[in-house]
Amino acid sequence: MTLRALLLVATALFSVGIYGLLTRRQAVALLLSIEVMANAANLVFVAFARYGGAPGHPLVLFALAVTVAEVAVGLALVLLLYRRHGDTLLELASEAKG
Amino acid sequence: MNGELGFGALAFVLVGFPALRVVSSRDLVRAVLWLAVTLLGTAVLYALLSAPFLAGVQVLTYVGGVVTLMVFGVMVTRKHAGNTVPVEAANRLRGALAALGFFAALAWAILRTDLSGFPPVSTPSTQELAQALLDRYLLPFEVASVLLLAAIVSAVVLARRRDPAPDPASPVERRGLGEGSTP
Repeated sequence: MTLRALLLVATALFSVGIYGLLTRRQAVALLLSIEVMANAANLVFVAFARYGGAPGHPLVLFALAVTVAEVAVGLALVLLLYRRHGDTLLELASEAKG
Repeated sequence: MNGELGFGALAFVLVGFPALRVVSSRDLVRAVLWLAVTLLGTAVLYALLSAPFLAGVQVLTYVGGVVTLMVFGVMVTRKHAGNTVPVEAANRLRGALAALGFFAALAWAILRTDLSGFPPVSTPSTQELAQALLDRYLLPFEVASVLLLAAIVSAVVLARRRDPAPDPASPVERRGLGEGSTP
């Protein structure tokens, strides 16, 4: 288990998240993809705390708090979208433009 | 080299395959459950990186909190049992190309960077982590708590708001605004 292998794994995870973000059309699925990407970023933080001694652990804790907040607000928005339109396809939210 | 190969296989089983299922599952509930597997696998990787406290926090908040919230979100907002998500083939190809391009660029950068300046060091213990949080990182700690409070309040406000302009075309307009919701 080396730093290089860990970074490659995190990059792969992030790429999977990007794929999900670009192909999914349902709002909840987008939130899931964002979770995968945030997870990859956290993995890099922890990897650099183990190799090289960067202060990654407190950062991961703060990132966790931010992610939880994001999920709470995101799900509330999804609920609102569903209540207005009866579905959670993301293109229904285009009325939020401008 | 052999160890790296073994780690690659382990990482694929722990996080790679579940993550792929998260973005490819047509059933959203399954996608959420695969996300839980991904997060648990990441917790295992944290433990392997000698960050046991973070592994515990990951299981508690992510798998215990976020995934539960997600399951609720999916269950409340899905129309019927077989709610599958259509994905256009062109869209899928474009997404795969973008993701692969991103991965190739970053992997190239990682592979040609000299990482020998990052030797394995001992990670902070839980006690040291707590001291750092309440001493050096006290301000971010408090800001994070304010952020969480704001998120909770805004989530409640958003989820309980009465729609000012109800759309008569959609029959589910008033569902979810049961008794007890304030005007």
